[in-house]
Amino acid sequence: MNRFFLFGSTAMPAAAVDVPRSRSPLAAAGARFMRNRAALIALALLLLIVVVCFSGPLLLPNNPIDSDWSSISLAPTLQGAHWFGTDELGRDLLVRTLAGGRVSLEVGLLGTLVSGLIGVAYGAVAGYAGGRTDAVLMRIVDMMYAIPYMLIAILMMTLFGRAFYLVVLTISAFSWLDMARVVRGQTLTLRTREFVDAARATGVKPWMIIARHIVPNLLGVVVVYASVTVPSIVLTESVLSFLGLGVQEPMTSWGVLIQDGAQKLEAMPWLLLCPALMLCVTLYCVSFVGDGLRDAFDPKEH
Amino acid sequence: MLAYTLRRALWAIPTVLAVITVCYLLLHLTPGGPFDTEKQLSAAVLQNLNAKYHLDEPLWRQYLRYLAALLHGDLGPSFRYNDWTVNDLIRKALPVSLGIGGISVPIACVLGIGFGTLAAVRRGSLIDHGVMVLGNVGNVVPPFVIGPVLVWVFAILLRGAHGHGWLPAGGWGDGAWQYRVLPIALLTVINMATIARVMRGSMIEVLGGNFIRTARAKGLPAHTIVLRHALKPALMPVVSLLGSVCISSITAAIVTESVFALPGLGQLIVNGAINRDYTLVLGLVVLTTVVAVLFNLLVDLAYAWLDPRIRY
Amino acid sequence: MALLEVSRLGVRFARHGGAAVDAVQDVSFSLDSGRTLGIVGESGSGKSQTVMALLGLIASNGTVTGEAAYGGQNLLQMNTRELNRIRGERIAMIFQDPMTSLNPFLTIERQMTETLQLHRDMTRRAARARAIEALEQVRIPDAARRIGMYPHEFSGGMRQRVMIAMALLCEPDILIADEPTTALDVTVQAQIIELLRELNRERGTAIILITHDMGVVAGLCDDVMVMYAGRTVEQASARALFAAPRHPYTVGLLNALPRLSDASDAPLRTIPGNPPLPGTAGAGCAFAPRCAYAFDLCRRERPVLRAYEDGARACHKPAGEMAGLRVGVHA
Repeated sequence: MNRFFLFGSTAMPAAAVDVPRSRSPLAAAGARFMRNRAALIALALLLLIVVVCFSGPLLLPNNPIDSDWSSISLAPTLQGAHWFGTDELGRDLLVRTLAGGRVSLEVGLLGTLVSGLIGVAYGAVAGYAGGRTDAVLMRIVDMMYAIPYMLIAILMMTLFGRAFYLVVLTISAFSWLDMARVVRGQTLTLRTREFVDAARATGVKPWMIIARHIVPNLLGVVVVYASVTVPSIVLTESVLSFLGLGVQEPMTSWGVLIQDGAQKLEAMPWLLLCPALMLCVTLYCVSFVGDGLRDAFDPKEH
Repeated sequence: MLAYTLRRALWAIPTVLAVITVCYLLLHLTPGGPFDTEKQLSAAVLQNLNAKYHLDEPLWRQYLRYLAALLHGDLGPSFRYNDWTVNDLIRKALPVSLGIGGISVPIACVLGIGFGTLAAVRRGSLIDHGVMVLGNVGNVVPPFVIGPVLVWVFAILLRGAHGHGWLPAGGWGDGAWQYRVLPIALLTVINMATIARVMRGSMIEVLGGNFIRTARAKGLPAHTIVLRHALKPALMPVVSLLGSVCISSITAAIVTESVFALPGLGQLIVNGAINRDYTLVLGLVVLTTVVAVLFNLLVDLAYAWLDPRIRY
Repeated sequence: MALLEVSRLGVRFARHGGAAVDAVQDVSFSLDSGRTLGIVGESGSGKSQTVMALLGLIASNGTVTGEAAYGGQNLLQMNTRELNRIRGERIAMIFQDPMTSLNPFLTIERQMTETLQLHRDMTRRAARARAIEALEQVRIPDAARRIGMYPHEFSGGMRQRVMIAMALLCEPDILIADEPTTALDVTVQAQIIELLRELNRERGTAIILITHDMGVVAGLCDDVMVMYAGRTVEQASARALFAAPRHPYTVGLLNALPRLSDASDAPLRTIPGNPPLPGTAGAGCAFAPRCAYAFDLCRRERPVLRAYEDGARACHKPAGEMAGLRVGVHA
């Protein structure tokens, strides 16, 4: 027989799965996530990275700014004080990578928080209001989608300076679009459910309905999209830093380090490779966790 | 169909206008003029400059003046490069960007669709795993990492007999092919990864569907089923993806030009922003927004044209 | 010599991290030329998978065992290329949901002419003419204009007619219809069944009809096979089955049909419980948990399919005691 895998998904004729025990959807999703080994490993690794980046610079003897003139341009070595090596000014790369990681992660998390809040509020209002309001609000989102946001971001960074909070705000200003769309879709479906009608019948005000009944049920999609937004924001910050328009000295981020490393590639390739590796591993873990969350909240066959 | 096109086109105008206005206001309202960073200019010279560029007029008048010029396709003079207009600068940088992007996007589409289809049709094979890995890599590893790594491998590690790297580390030279290979490769790989991954997923889903089952029950051979029955429906998500690919290509292009030191539009806008060259930045923002909006419009139209169920 | 002789057909699906599931086990039947066979059962009985196996349409994690003799060959052992010569040409199949079974991106013309071009080597023009003719035969009005349309421009009933016309283009020996009327309105259902009956009478096309609706079987089929949990529980001619059902499940199915003679407020007679999910049936008869007549032996030992004079049944309860069980069904 031809084992030609062309056709037919690995389908089951009828659902031959465990009989579900009744559980809240959140607990059910949590349990499903716990069963996903790859996602759990990724989550553990991610937490490790976060802890190391935030505590490392405090605990390690070296300083991201100070130069150790006795060991300039040192390649990575496990003996001695500089595990990741040093740059041409003698600055320890390990500590700089961790400090940079802290900044990148802070931007990512804060940015996701801000853009998440905007997106959820915007989407929930649009979805709940429906009709003309919804159409107008979504039209604005459509328009914003078509704008090449990187250019605007570049513009804003040069005009308003590169203080940390400005970086976060600038990036957040364009990252809430996907969240808004998804939240709106979910709200639209939730709106037609009975419990909303019941609340409305008893005279609860619209904003209260949104806050009390709709928002808690949005948790699933919000968590999934947040896990997608974090890497996207970290990447945007890294690109801006790479172009020289991100966070300023003395702060450093992975993007800054990578740009620095890219220029000194011939002599000191580790300056590029170490922060690049950290960045990629972090993003990879986040994407695994994101996939796991998506599967946990919405199990489907691949 | 025509009405649909017109309606969508109509929405493009306020979008572009909104972007222009916001940028214009941002540029003109924030403190610091274009000549602030110059060496100290005497008051008289400054006054002349301001008069020459109409910077002493009320804002709304400058704005209208700018819009009027725009309608003539005139993006104004560059504030930084005294003898050049923005149009000139763009004209010089455009061929560089097009020479890279214009080649890599079509290649990425063809390769992405091809590999994605192959991966879906031969599940579990080498190609399937390859596409998945490439998709993951392209998704996770940013272009500003892949780029320098490519440079490292091809320009530094791999050296020919003459002592130079196989390919130049950057620069445009005179547009010779050696200078184009790595940037085109970078852009192609990035776009191809996403397109192939989406195409694969979409094709797998279509192939599991009911009308494919009917096609099999009719005794149609595999290649007919894939090409005639499955391809069009499977392309739909890819087509709607192209809009966002375009937007992210702009970012990728800026990064690519930075990594390889190419004198294209990306470099132009970064330098323009740093130098506060108002008209240059505005001009580029206008240009890219118009292109992006137009592209999105084309994508929407293509989507409607492909799917016979959508008729307006 | 039967047109199609199926012996001990089995379909087994492999599962990620779990035991394999038998969707169909040990099913045998034969189909003579020009006859109609109805395969009846609830969801999960394996009836669809049985016929999908015949045409090689089982999902990739499924394995098929047994034999299906057609034209001197075993369908279940053929490779794709050999099957493609038979599919659509000698044996055709129509499916349950006409909404999704036609390709929304291609015109009806394209979907019909490709069969003729492939199997009969016709030119595009000749194929188009033949296709229009086929549409007219299933009574699609204004066929010449309609043929250029897309599936979404047809109603559900018309789409199913198009599917039937498409299936019959190459004048196959056998037409397999997998729940062709389930997704349609009752009035449209009657039209489709009438159409199938006509086709069987006038062209002599043998039909295998999959359904869960006994009423449909009564209107169309010569022979009936009742399936439960992947196995055959009863086989007989339709006449014999309706007159004297010999398995408690069949009795239950027949009783479930509401009758005009019922009082308007009388409760519907249902079979209590649900059919077992594939792969979960234990030892003993799969129907025992729901059977009103089950006794000890039924729960311990699975009844084997045994032939009697008009057919076959798989039940421990002696045939003689079944006589009084039916509730006034007229054949």
